[in-house]
Amino acid sequence: MAERILMKGNEAIAEAAIRAGCRHYFGYPITPQTEIAAYMAKRMPKIGGVFLQAESEIASINMVYGAAAAGMRVMTSSSSPGISLKQEGLSYIAGSDVPALVVNVQRGGPGLGGIQPSQSDYFQATKGGGHGDYRTIVLAPASVQEMASLTIKGFDLADKYLMTAMILADGTIGQMMEPITFEDAEIKTYDKPWALTGTEGKRKHNIVNSLYLKPDELEKKNFERFEKYAEIEKCEAMWEDYMMEDAEICVVAFGIASRVAKNAVAAARSEGIKVGLIRPITLWPFPNKAFEAAENVKAFISVELSMGQMIEDVRLATGCRKPVTLCNRTGGMIPSPDEILEAIRNAGKGV
Amino acid sequence: MDHKRLTLFAGHYGSGKTNIAVNYALSLAGEGKRVCIADLDIVNPYFRTKDSEGELSRAGITLISPRYANTNVDLPALPPESYRLVQDKSSFGVMDIGGDDRGAFALGRFAEAIKEEGDYRMAFVVNCYRPLTSTVEDAVVIMREIEEAAGLKFTSIVNNSNLGRETTRETLLGSLDFVRELSRVTGLEVWMHTAEAEVAKMISEIPVFPLTLQKRIFDLPG
Repeated sequence: MAERILMKGNEAIAEAAIRAGCRHYFGYPITPQTEIAAYMAKRMPKIGGVFLQAESEIASINMVYGAAAAGMRVMTSSSSPGISLKQEGLSYIAGSDVPALVVNVQRGGPGLGGIQPSQSDYFQATKGGGHGDYRTIVLAPASVQEMASLTIKGFDLADKYLMTAMILADGTIGQMMEPITFEDAEIKTYDKPWALTGTEGKRKHNIVNSLYLKPDELEKKNFERFEKYAEIEKCEAMWEDYMMEDAEICVVAFGIASRVAKNAVAAARSEGIKVGLIRPITLWPFPNKAFEAAENVKAFISVELSMGQMIEDVRLATGCRKPVTLCNRTGGMIPSPDEILEAIRNAGKGV
Repeated sequence: MDHKRLTLFAGHYGSGKTNIAVNYALSLAGEGKRVCIADLDIVNPYFRTKDSEGELSRAGITLISPRYANTNVDLPALPPESYRLVQDKSSFGVMDIGGDDRGAFALGRFAEAIKEEGDYRMAFVVNCYRPLTSTVEDAVVIMREIEEAAGLKFTSIVNNSNLGRETTRETLLGSLDFVRELSRVTGLEVWMHTAEAEVAKMISEIPVFPLTLQKRIFDLPG
C-alpha cells in the first residue's frame, strides 16, 4: 500500500500537478489558495520547474497561455476575484485550442467579498466567464484526496481535448487537512505537433492564435469546437450516487456542500425518509444521466453555497418536471447538517 | 513538566502549532498558573487561536489576537498588546507563531527582549506525515529558515506526527525513529510527543501530551 500523508487541499493540488508532469506554474497570491503557490515556490526549483509570481493575475494567465502554446503542462491558481481577472486570457486560450489547468479555490463574493468558502462562481465556471462561444471542463473535488486525483484528471482532459480544465474548489477544501495517498497513477502524455517548439528549419512554422480575419473561417472553427464539446458531454460526465437506489427525495450538492449534505442524508435515512444524494463531480459537462436514472425521485433539493446557481442545471436535467427547492448559505457561511435535514423533512411532507 | 516563562510554538504550516499552543496554555492554567496566549500568526487567516476563545476565557487565560482575526479582513498585522507577553513577567506567556519562515518574521520584533530575559523555550512543531517535513533533511531546512527569519534559535522539538482522524497509536510510534534522528542531527531535546487525547491514552511506551481540545471546521464524513 502506498504511504498515507497528511495534506491540505491546496497542497494536494500542487503535489498532484507536479506528479502529473506540470513544470510551469504562474500565479499571484490570494487567500484562500496561497498554499498552492507557496508549495510550488518550494518544490519547482528543486525539480527543474518554473515557479513565477507574476505582477498580476492578468499577467499570470497570459504566461499560462504562452507556456501552453509551447506544449508545456502548465497551470495557474487563484480565488474568485483573481479568477475574474483571468477571464480574458481564458477566452484567448479557448479560442486558440491550447490545454491549461486553472484552479479556483472560491471565496465569498461578489466584489472583494470575503475570504471564507463559497460556491458562487458556478455560473462563471460552467457558463463561460470570458467572452465568446466556449466551454471549460469543470471538476468539483469534495475531499483532499479528490483535490489530488481530479488535478491529475484535469491535466489529462485538458491535453486530450485541447482546452482549459478548471478545478472548482472552495476555501474549506483548500484549507482542510486529510490523510491521502498518491497512488502510482498512470500519467498519459500526448503528442503536440501543433506546439510552438521551434522549427529547427525542418518544418513549416506553427501558429497559435485566436484571431480570425475571415468570418466564415471563424464560424467553421466554432462549429468544430462545439462538435468536440458535444463529444465531451457524451463521454466525460462524472458523478457519485449516494443512497439513491430507492430514493424519493434527492439532494444535489457538489464539493464541500456535498460533504455536509451526506451527514444530513444519513440522518434523514435514520428517520425513515427515503432520501439520496447526487454529487456532480463534473459541473461541466453536467451529469444529466444521473437525473435520467433518478426517475422515481419526486422532489429535488439543490444545496449550494450560493444564491442558487447549480439549481438551474438541476431543473434542466429534470426537464422541469419535478419540484426543485434551494437550501443555501452564502457569503462564507456553510449550511449545517441540521439545516439540510430540515429541508429534507420539508420536501418529504410534499412527497 | 518543567515550564519556561515564555513558550514559543513555530514550525511548518499545518504542523499543529495553534492546537498545541492552546492545549499547552490550558494545561499551564490547569496547574494554577497565570497564563497569557498570543496569536502571532500573520500568515494564515483561516485557523486561529481565537477559535478557542470560549475555552481559554473559561480557564482564565488572557488571549491576545489580531483585531481582525476570524473576520474577512486578510490583514497581516500584529496585535499591539502582544508586547505585554514579553514585558509582563508575572504571567506565563505562550506564543503561537505563523507557519514557515514567513510566519516567523513576526517574532523578530520580540527576539531581542526574549533573548535578554533568557527564560524561554522555542519549540519546533513537526509532523513527519506532512509532505514537506517527511524527511529529517527537509525538516532541518524549514527549521533553519524559521530561525533565520525569527532571529531566535530553536531549543526543543515537539513531535506532533499524526494523520488527522486516521491517527492510531502506530502512527505516533512509527514517527519515533524520525524524531530521534532529528534530535540527534540538531542536538535539540524532544520536549514532548503529542496526540489527540483518545490516541494518547492508548500509548504507554512514551509520555504523550494529550491534546484534549480539538478544533475542526466541522465533522465531515467521507
